[in-house]
Amino acid sequence: MRTISKKWFFVTLVVTILLTTPIWLLVSFIFEPTNENWTHLAKTLLPEYITNSLILMFGVSIGTLLFGVYSAWLITQYQFFASNILHWALLLPLAIPAYIIAYTYTGLLEFEGPVQSYLRTIFSTQTVLQWFPEVRSLGGAILMFSLVLYPYVYLLARAAFASKSQQIIEVSKTLGASPLRIFFKVALPMARPAIIAGLTLALMETLADFGTVKHFGIPTFTTGIYRSWTGFGDTTTTAQLSLLLLAFVITLILIELWSRRQAKYFTHQKNQPPITTKITGLKAVIAFIICSLPILLGFIIPTSQLLAWSINSAQTSFNKEFFELIWNSFYLAFFTALITVIIALLLAYSKRIQDNKIIYTLVRITTFGYAIPGTVIAIAVMILFTTFDNYIDSFMLANFNISTGLILSGTLFILVFAYTFRFLSVSLQTIDSGLSRIKNSMDETAITLGARPTRILTKIHLPMLKTSLLTAFILVFVEVLKELPTTLILRPFNFNTLSVRAYEMAADERLADAGLPAILIVLTGLIPVIILSQIMRKQHA
Amino acid sequence: MKKILLCSIIFVLSFPLLAKEEVNVYSARKEQLIKPLLNEFSRTSGIKVNLITSSEDALLKRLQLEGKNSPADILITTDAGRLYRAKVSKVLQPAITIKMQNMIAKHLQDPEHYWLALTTRARVIVYAKDRVKPSELSTYEALTDKKWRKRICVRSSNNIYNQSLVASMIAHKGKKFTAKWTKSLVKNFARKPKGGDRDQIKAVAAGQCDVAIVNTYYLGQMINSSDSSQVNATKKIAVFWPNQQDRGTHINVSGIAITKAAKNKKNALKLINFLLSDDAQFWYAQVNNEYPVVTTAGLSETLKSWGKFKADTLDLDKLGLFNSDAVKIMDKAGWR
Repeated sequence: MRTISKKWFFVTLVVTILLTTPIWLLVSFIFEPTNENWTHLAKTLLPEYITNSLILMFGVSIGTLLFGVYSAWLITQYQFFASNILHWALLLPLAIPAYIIAYTYTGLLEFEGPVQSYLRTIFSTQTVLQWFPEVRSLGGAILMFSLVLYPYVYLLARAAFASKSQQIIEVSKTLGASPLRIFFKVALPMARPAIIAGLTLALMETLADFGTVKHFGIPTFTTGIYRSWTGFGDTTTTAQLSLLLLAFVITLILIELWSRRQAKYFTHQKNQPPITTKITGLKAVIAFIICSLPILLGFIIPTSQLLAWSINSAQTSFNKEFFELIWNSFYLAFFTALITVIIALLLAYSKRIQDNKIIYTLVRITTFGYAIPGTVIAIAVMILFTTFDNYIDSFMLANFNISTGLILSGTLFILVFAYTFRFLSVSLQTIDSGLSRIKNSMDETAITLGARPTRILTKIHLPMLKTSLLTAFILVFVEVLKELPTTLILRPFNFNTLSVRAYEMAADERLADAGLPAILIVLTGLIPVIILSQIMRKQHA
Repeated sequence: MKKILLCSIIFVLSFPLLAKEEVNVYSARKEQLIKPLLNEFSRTSGIKVNLITSSEDALLKRLQLEGKNSPADILITTDAGRLYRAKVSKVLQPAITIKMQNMIAKHLQDPEHYWLALTTRARVIVYAKDRVKPSELSTYEALTDKKWRKRICVRSSNNIYNQSLVASMIAHKGKKFTAKWTKSLVKNFARKPKGGDRDQIKAVAAGQCDVAIVNTYYLGQMINSSDSSQVNATKKIAVFWPNQQDRGTHINVSGIAITKAAKNKKNALKLINFLLSDDAQFWYAQVNNEYPVVTTAGLSETLKSWGKFKADTLDLDKLGLFNSDAVKIMDKAGWR
């Protein structure tokens, strides 16, 4: 057991250290003295940035919980009109990038947009409707983020409601507890770790966003990071601000850890089929509304707007180049997802079999990437690899008179590396929560019977983890498909993706032309989401 | 027979590798506003163009980090300040030929021949025709007057064109004046800055504000848009050229430079020559309503309709030099 542990320890150590290099690089900036740009920001804008970010996080927490938790509960407990469609349709908004949904709602709700124009004809007025809410506001941003990020909460909460607590819920029912009481007193506390894991992902993504808050004109922490880079051209302050953002994130993660430590539940049987109660009448209508509202707002409305935009431009701009864009986006997302899931499995499993503080901490640190703005990650990765390449080049030149040039920089390799670093958290959270549902005693029994960790993994855990692995794969797949800043900065020559195309059109304020690539992102992301839900359904059936 | 077939396949496949005439471009111009021209260049010259588009800050950082091993031959930006930043970061070389220097005005190129402008864009005032008389307008400075209280729309200070407008004010009038000017201007904002330049134009048309500061080509795009609501919005507004009695209207440029690490310098120069040709210059006027830098090139109908104007001939280097001061001044003034 000792030697096996050592091997796992060593492999995990190497992988985590390599994967966290961008963080170590950022951390090295702590030791640089702060300059006048930092002082300037601290004096003028930092308080506002922090306040806005905090309000945003608070609002998005409430929004994603409202959209995600109730729907997950209803879907797992009841049968009502279209509930088996809503079951997977609730995941759809995941396929829409936050900045795209922001653009579509701006288009819909602005002064010239269809909604206000219609209202003006009703009230027969030509001027601005003073009472009409401004979508480009802090409240609007909270709504946008909540609409595309609640699926994380929904996904994890649904899994928790469906498996972990099912038996206890049944017992509570038999004991005569009312549905509301069961929800608040039994199900919710038991699902809390899963819900908070989903919430953490949503909040990390909110913190890292720049596209949406920029369009809405809300200065947040990320705005400050960009400003110190583009406005001042100051890498040091950029890195130091990113570190401060990390402090935010570490707090989040500590809260999550604390919540997990509070509750450790195991089920005694795997895949307990959830017993759903059939509801009809008013109850069914209310349930239907609660579950379809997030889909309507987060998917149907924005997608319709995108379709309307792209129909106008599709005839002129859809050509064979778009197949190349789709293919590039697809294979990049596919391979990154595959690699990320393998690494996440290795780390999650390694953490499970060894009770080692160092490994535990390092694995935790690999998840920070999700909260760091893509641009910061891209620059950090670029610094690392160009330094490496140039070092090899000068070494080879000095010793063998051969110039190797840039070996890795400017290739897809560093792009995939950056993605893996950024999205490892997504797959690790999912696999981790899947693993935690498998009782430790099962491992112990296997060990007693003389099985080695690799055998336990392949024979016991992998079959039980199938759903978690697939979920992790698809989440990363969709994330990479949507990803923008890292791709934009690190991509090789002549390499374009759907999200880059959508962005370049939107950044040029050509929203109608951004419609087509945006809708293709959504469609490409849709396929795996539907596959995922079908497989999950089969598992339960 | 098989061998011959195999050999010919290998020969055919390796053909693109043998045809090694190429040039590598890092461009901050969006793909749709550069690719058609590059394709045309490849067609006429036989030189393959490899392209990466990204933000200028990212491309500059990439050039710096890649150092002498950078594959890039050419850097294209949409802001003079970034060209200045690239020059002082020592990633460019002074390669602009005398022939090119003579083709365009002095203030549109680097005095040490590191870069030159390809097109210019003017930052103008647009006003609501039914609520503002052009005689009420005069200069950027005059926009701070009390009569404009809560009547001005302009986008965020994150935007480079606002940063360079303020930088040009610093260059002409000094930091102290500019700080005061910015503060008073912010007081006159009708709303918190949000959206892009098109949104400001729409806001004027919708009556949310009476004047806006925007780049001309966004207005041009709207006028020529297939979206009727955008076209209708432009009918309610008109262009005013500020500061015609003194230094002229503030302009920024899109520009081009050859990198220090360039390995295909000859081809890079050919590409610059091509982009300065009358046809290429007219293409920018036609497609994006930017002003050509070569005076012999034609103008689009939209550009003609706005008439001639006097442009600020400030050394564009200054926009880069004062960029960071401009951002700080805007921060202090509360321009978000």
